[in-house]
Amino acid sequence: MSEKIERHTMSVLVENEPGVLARVIGLFAGRGYNIESLTVAEVDVVENLSRVNLVTTGSPMIIEQIKNQLDRLVPVRTVSDLTAEGSYVERELALIKVVSIGEKRVESLRIADIFRAHVVDSENDSFVFEMTGKPSKIDAFVRLMEPLGLTEISRTGVSAMLRGKRSL
Amino acid sequence: MSRKAKYNSKSSNMTGAEMLVQCLADLGVDTVFGYPGGAVLPIYDAIFKQNQVRHILVRHEQGAVHAAEGYARSTGKVGVVLVTSGPGATNSVTGLTDAMMDSVPIVCLTGQVPTHMIGNDAFQEADTVGITRPCTKHNYLVRSVDVLCKTIQDAFYIAKAGRPGPVVVDLPKDIVMSEGKYDKAGSSFNNSKHLSYNPQIEPDPSAISRAIEAMQKAERPILYTGGGIINSGPEASVLLRELAHKTGFPITNTLMGLGSFPASDSQFLGMLGMHGTYEANMAMAECDVMVCIGARFDDRVTGKLSDFSTGSYKIHADIDPSSINKNVSVDVPIIGDSVRIISAMLEAWKTQGNKPNMSRSSPWWKKIEKWRSRECLYYKQSDEVIKPQYAIQRLHELTKNKDVYFTTEVGQHQMWAAQYLRFDEPNRWMTSGGLGTMGYGFPAAMGVQVAHPNSLVIDVAGEASLLMVIQELSTLMQHRLPVKVFLLNNEYMGMVRQWQELFHGGRYSESYMDSLPDFVKLAESFGARGLRASKPADVDKVILEMIDTDGPVIADILVDKETNVYPMIPSGAAHYEMKLGPDHGESEESADGGMASV
Ligand SMILES: Cc1ncc(C[n+]2csc(CCOP(=O)(O)OP(=O)(O)O)c2C)c(N)n1
Repeated sequence: MSEKIERHTMSVLVENEPGVLARVIGLFAGRGYNIESLTVAEVDVVENLSRVNLVTTGSPMIIEQIKNQLDRLVPVRTVSDLTAEGSYVERELALIKVVSIGEKRVESLRIADIFRAHVVDSENDSFVFEMTGKPSKIDAFVRLMEPLGLTEISRTGVSAMLRGKRSL
Repeated sequence: MSRKAKYNSKSSNMTGAEMLVQCLADLGVDTVFGYPGGAVLPIYDAIFKQNQVRHILVRHEQGAVHAAEGYARSTGKVGVVLVTSGPGATNSVTGLTDAMMDSVPIVCLTGQVPTHMIGNDAFQEADTVGITRPCTKHNYLVRSVDVLCKTIQDAFYIAKAGRPGPVVVDLPKDIVMSEGKYDKAGSSFNNSKHLSYNPQIEPDPSAISRAIEAMQKAERPILYTGGGIINSGPEASVLLRELAHKTGFPITNTLMGLGSFPASDSQFLGMLGMHGTYEANMAMAECDVMVCIGARFDDRVTGKLSDFSTGSYKIHADIDPSSINKNVSVDVPIIGDSVRIISAMLEAWKTQGNKPNMSRSSPWWKKIEKWRSRECLYYKQSDEVIKPQYAIQRLHELTKNKDVYFTTEVGQHQMWAAQYLRFDEPNRWMTSGGLGTMGYGFPAAMGVQVAHPNSLVIDVAGEASLLMVIQELSTLMQHRLPVKVFLLNNEYMGMVRQWQELFHGGRYSESYMDSLPDFVKLAESFGARGLRASKPADVDKVILEMIDTDGPVIADILVDKETNVYPMIPSGAAHYEMKLGPDHGESEESADGGMASV
């Protein structure tokens, strides 16, 4: 049995009915699986489907279990392990508040520019930056903001999709 | 319009409660096990006004679910339960969890407070959908009378399709009281494909070929089959027999699978696992090709996981993909229904012209015969006290030619029943395997008896388990269900005492059953018959008298108090490290090593 821990991104199409998210989360909590990130929103109004994107970690056997256990839930239409299926794009949106004046304030704006973060709110002594990118890019930006007056972070969690013409 | 005419018209206005009952009848439901209360009164009113669906009033809601399980497992049909909101629903949770673990198709209808009161901590409100989410295959809260029938039909489909399981339908009182149209011919009765739940039935042919290739080359093969065979229907057992005979492979069954292969067949090695036979566990340990069909490598089967059958090539067929590669990683996964899988295997085996490649003179069978010759189920008979094994053996001998069904409670008696009752047919043996629920067998027997009114139905019980559900004796009397309780009374929670003796230094903490009732008088107080055997010489007489009695019987068999169940894979040990026990000259010294394992 391999004990190697892998990180996998999965996308799950579910019927958008009351309690469906509780089923997904209850599965992870009840069986002791990890959730690093989870996003959910309706994506198909006609068919009433929502898409759950989640990032999880575990041994290959656990990852296979997670996929099969998700698939076993009745309102789940499809489960796709993007990490296993090949290359995919992964994006996250973050709002980051920095409170500072003087040199630090200028420096935060300069770095935001390099990272292509936008200013979505500004007062004399604060900025709210918005940035979209891979989680690792957001991590890097957050680290740089720490000494410059970082006070608050809000992240959406990962949204993901296969590259090329293949669809869920 | 008379009530009857109203029901029979193709599409008409009815209350939700009336629709519900009609819908059950149209789905072929003949029996509901239930218990009334405020939130389900309109449904009980509808039940009162008709006679298509019979209602069996239990004495505790847990009993209703177990009875429905017994009904389902002995017939292959869906078992139906009706309980009220709040405490009615929470009392059913143990039964639902039991059905979930053992893959039993159940539809449990629960009352709920009216829609506008949900979330207000109303009287007898419980978040039933929330509470039962992890212990059901699926559950529903019905929010409109317009989707009521569709939901019921969906619930029956989900309960039965793929790997079966329990489904809860939560019914707010206002929904069952409002009016709607019932349309039997409506589209929802069509067998259109379910939108999101369509389990794979047909196995992948390439997986079958890989399996057959390994089976042909096997030198030390074994078939290891479980409850999945029984859930697939009687045809699966017929095919399994053919597969075993066509290949010549030895075969072992799990606790849940007993009866899926005839115990009287010479290729049968008995049950495997913690209290399975020595030959079955040794053959599992030393096989080179393991063919597992409809079983799930439960921890009671594998023993210490890292030492489980390390040298074998493993083929695992199951209808539930999540059962595969869960505990044990396998070489050939096959997903599908047992009937289809075994048919495909037979087909492939025949077209390739294979004869049985395991003759009884092969080195593998010789080795197995050597293990068999240890006679692991041998025990020392006594003239003074009734050995529990002897009592079960006699029960088997005196009932084996009858149309008989067995259920059990949980504990030592359950293991002796599994070891010494011998089943040649599926659906005759109902026991709580996955959850190990004390108090399962008595109400389950009730459900079996409802489904098979003219058959002999026997619950092999322990006194501690029986006391958890004894109130159902009243149900048996009311509905004239002649269930027999064969009570192995050792005045201990025997299985707990055994573990305390072996793993906790003999400290019998709270496992002595003090202040037991007189079970003969207890039976009589309900109007049932009580019998007692206290010497080995009484046993046959009591069994025959029990069988000959028309109504319910408790046969109180006073057995040796401190007999332990053997053989045993001590907890935490490898499956080839079986202890055969003192009757085979082994000591029973206590080992603290097993303390940490379950
Ligand atoms: C509801 C429930 N509670 C506790 C247990 C733990 N347990 C397993 S076996 C057992 C003792 C059973 O005693 P009895 O019914 O007298 O059977 P015996 O082992 O003596 O044959 C207990 C307490 C259980 N399985 N189920």
